[in-house]
Amino acid sequence: MSCHSCPYLNKNEINQKISKRIKIALAGNANVGKSVIFNHLTGLHQHIGNWPGKTVERAEGTLHFKGYTIDIVDLPGIYSLSTYSLEELVSRKYIAVERPDIVINVVDASVLERNLFFTLQLMELETPIIIALNQMDIAKSKGIQVDVSKLEELLGIPVVPTVAVKGLGIVKLLKKAIEIIEKGPREKPAEVRYGEEIEEKISLLTEALKEVQVVYPRRYVAIKLLEEDEEIERDIGRIAPQIVSTAKKLAGEIERLHGHGCSTVITSERYEAAGCIARAVQKLVPPIRPTMGERLHNFTTHKITGYLTLVSSLLLVFYSIFTFGDYASGLLSTLFYGLEPLFTSAFGTGMAGSIVWGGIMEGFIAGVTIVLPYIIPFYIILYFLENSGYLSRIAFLMDNVMHKMGLHGKAFIPIMLGFGCNVPACLGCRIMETQRERLLAAFVTTLVPCAATTVIILGLVGKFLGIQWALALYIFNLLVIFVLGRLAFKVVPGESTALIMEMHDYKWPHLKTIFKQTWFRVAEFIKIAFPLIIVGSLVLKLAEVSGVLESIAAVLSPVTVAWLGLPAITGITLIFGVLRKELSLVMLAALLASTGGLASLTDVQMVVFTLVAMFYIPCIATIAALWREFGWKKALFITVFEIVFAISLGGVALRLLTLVT
Amino acid sequence: MPRKSIEDYLKTVYELSQNGATVSTTDISRALKVAPASVTEMLKKLADKGYIEYSPYHGTTLTGNGRRIAEKMARKHRLLERFLHDVLKIDSQKVHKEACEMEHSLSDDAEESLCRLLKHPEQCPDDGKEIPPCDLMISSCEECMQLHSQGLEEVGKHNQNLVAATHLKEGQCGKISFIRGGHNMLQRLLDMGLTPGTKICVERVAPLGGPVELSVRNSKLVLGKGVASKVFVDVEKNS
Ligand SMILES: Nc1nc2c(ncn2[C@@H]2O[C@H](COP(=O)(O)OP(=O)(O)OP(=O)(O)O)[C@@H](O)[C@H]2O)c(=O)[nH]1
Ligand SMILES: [Mg+2]
Repeated sequence: MSCHSCPYLNKNEINQKISKRIKIALAGNANVGKSVIFNHLTGLHQHIGNWPGKTVERAEGTLHFKGYTIDIVDLPGIYSLSTYSLEELVSRKYIAVERPDIVINVVDASVLERNLFFTLQLMELETPIIIALNQMDIAKSKGIQVDVSKLEELLGIPVVPTVAVKGLGIVKLLKKAIEIIEKGPREKPAEVRYGEEIEEKISLLTEALKEVQVVYPRRYVAIKLLEEDEEIERDIGRIAPQIVSTAKKLAGEIERLHGHGCSTVITSERYEAAGCIARAVQKLVPPIRPTMGERLHNFTTHKITGYLTLVSSLLLVFYSIFTFGDYASGLLSTLFYGLEPLFTSAFGTGMAGSIVWGGIMEGFIAGVTIVLPYIIPFYIILYFLENSGYLSRIAFLMDNVMHKMGLHGKAFIPIMLGFGCNVPACLGCRIMETQRERLLAAFVTTLVPCAATTVIILGLVGKFLGIQWALALYIFNLLVIFVLGRLAFKVVPGESTALIMEMHDYKWPHLKTIFKQTWFRVAEFIKIAFPLIIVGSLVLKLAEVSGVLESIAAVLSPVTVAWLGLPAITGITLIFGVLRKELSLVMLAALLASTGGLASLTDVQMVVFTLVAMFYIPCIATIAALWREFGWKKALFITVFEIVFAISLGGVALRLLTLVT
Repeated sequence: MPRKSIEDYLKTVYELSQNGATVSTTDISRALKVAPASVTEMLKKLADKGYIEYSPYHGTTLTGNGRRIAEKMARKHRLLERFLHDVLKIDSQKVHKEACEMEHSLSDDAEESLCRLLKHPEQCPDDGKEIPPCDLMISSCEECMQLHSQGLEEVGKHNQNLVAATHLKEGQCGKISFIRGGHNMLQRLLDMGLTPGTKICVERVAPLGGPVELSVRNSKLVLGKGVASKVFVDVEKNS
């Protein structure tokens, strides 16, 4: 065509380019690989691990592809579009109201039936869908072969096989998605047909709904009314209450006919359909011997070996982090402190030289030698455990213990995550079903020693007093968590919800994912903590030189010196610790560098300092997370409680320890 | 052998073996306040009648027949407790003893009427124990109410081995018969694939009242004890 010569048309084309913005949502069951695909497409860092319920809030990112600006939305994993949980309601609303141009339904090829059950519900929402048939490698290793073209044919929806962790099929998926948006779907998607008696009632209701304005498709509303979906009943009840009562009557008829509630009948039929499709498209050749993963699963959930594995793997993690960290930390200190003569010869020993060395370099060295050696192996191991799937086994084993705190086994997952960082752990408490349980779980999570606290425990007590003392502190910490958790349960009593959790197979963790996640964490640390450490040290050094430091320390000394028996200077470093907990130790090391370093503390002082640092306050980021999740009153209450608790505990510990030593 | 004492023995074994475990003779003798020697003798007789499986060293488990009688007794007992407590307002400390006397003479018809009158209670007043499901061929309580208005005759009796999923041992399988519980909980379990008629197998039972792991529809599901006790299954023979 000769359009190129026509300026008017050209302009139009440019305009179109600008408005080439499309929205794609990722939806599917929990733990199928949505976030892996999301990260792959957007280059962002959504939480990835092998347990259900990591993504708790929808995440958005953008991507430029083929001249389009694409907004990608990662939705939380859900099993159905009913209103059992907030996530389900939110996702359903998002798809129906925000109307993404296409929904990528990520499907776990190794658990086809359950996943297709969700797909069928998505189809009832009548949005454009494309299926990413993910985890093809896992399906293959389980002896499951899926006939992709047959699946496409039966559903009337394009299906792209993918192996998300390796990036296989993702580009094809995106291309196909765009093709559908551009040209519209090639065929009409199939529709679940329920039994005659149900279809009859559905069409009666759809007919009645003709007059009513609704966001969801009418057939969908009709089905949901029969299922007695609370939200839909409320919405329709407001505009057309007679339809809701008709639906109730019709549902009653079905119930009488089948002897089961209407929602039970509909859900069963939908599952039947999903099962039927799954059986038609998959060929199952199960391996003759149980796989390695199954054997590992049996071993790690057994009533004896399971608990033994739990204890010994935690001990192993602890020892290996300590051994590695201690070794690396020693190596790095010799290296850096060896630079001091070089440095003094360059800057001289005058005022300026001492400020630069004592202010900047010592903070930096303390940061590098104390923090990095422990944090890096720590995150590697934690992410390894998370991606293997071990956390779900721990949740299974710890369920009855958690019930003593008014929680269920899944609450142990945020606790484990808390060992890494309390902030995502607080958000992770959303895997609990009720607000009360979320609060309880978040409270105990803030008591968990995070990676930063681990730096203090291992870098101070572990290094100078020996590993057994560090271990004792950890065990003591767990006891405190249990006791305070139980107390909190007494304060906010209530029925604990029962555990309902899908148990996913063990997976060999994808190492690149682990290193990426670790690197992301460490980079964040370098970006945030190092400037803080350096600025903080500088401020401290200046304050020291100008004499302000002493007066602040003096104000705090009734608590720090008189009650806790610590050097006055710790008052200041503990204040810094509110920003990031490890700062309190790093700063202390920097400040004490001229008077013999951390080794100049007595044994009892080290223990008391560590105890206080372990509990005294959630760091500022955690307080913010608590605030966001539960409001400022509860955040403030937890903070104040922990300050009072830690200081009392420290004083008592001091007196007891001086008694015995 | 008097019927009352058969029923008492079976009920005791049933209550002592809440998750299908074997019960020791000592425990039974303690619970019934009967000398161990007489307990052993009685257990042998019950085993002959096919109500229990008994071996001197391993202890006692109920057979399908025995379980059915025991469950019936437990149900009558617990319904009576509710009746005495809720309707007659008798103190919850005393209802147990009263019910123990009355349960043996309560007919099945009276039991059904009692159940309806009390609006299908789920738990006992004194110890919060679950009331076993009724053995009519129906799957929800509303239905029982409705059917009654149409006459109960057409409803057949369950001839099934209905037990809660918590009663299954590792490796045992069964078909889901029905699930007790509120709308939300029920919907969640349905959405996870636990629809009536679905086959489930128990893979693992965590110790000390922990959760159970089930395999269902080619996937694994963990249910806390509280929920699992509400899922009633028809046990598959010799599994
Ligand atoms: N082997 C293999 N593993 C995969 C594949 N896709 C995802 N995984 C792993 O599956 C697990 C879950 O992936 P996520 O992306 O976190 O799952 P999600 O769907 O976002 O899960 P939620 O946010 O909890 O709903 C991770 O351990 C991934 O490494 C795949 O194609 N092959
Ligand atoms: Mg996710």
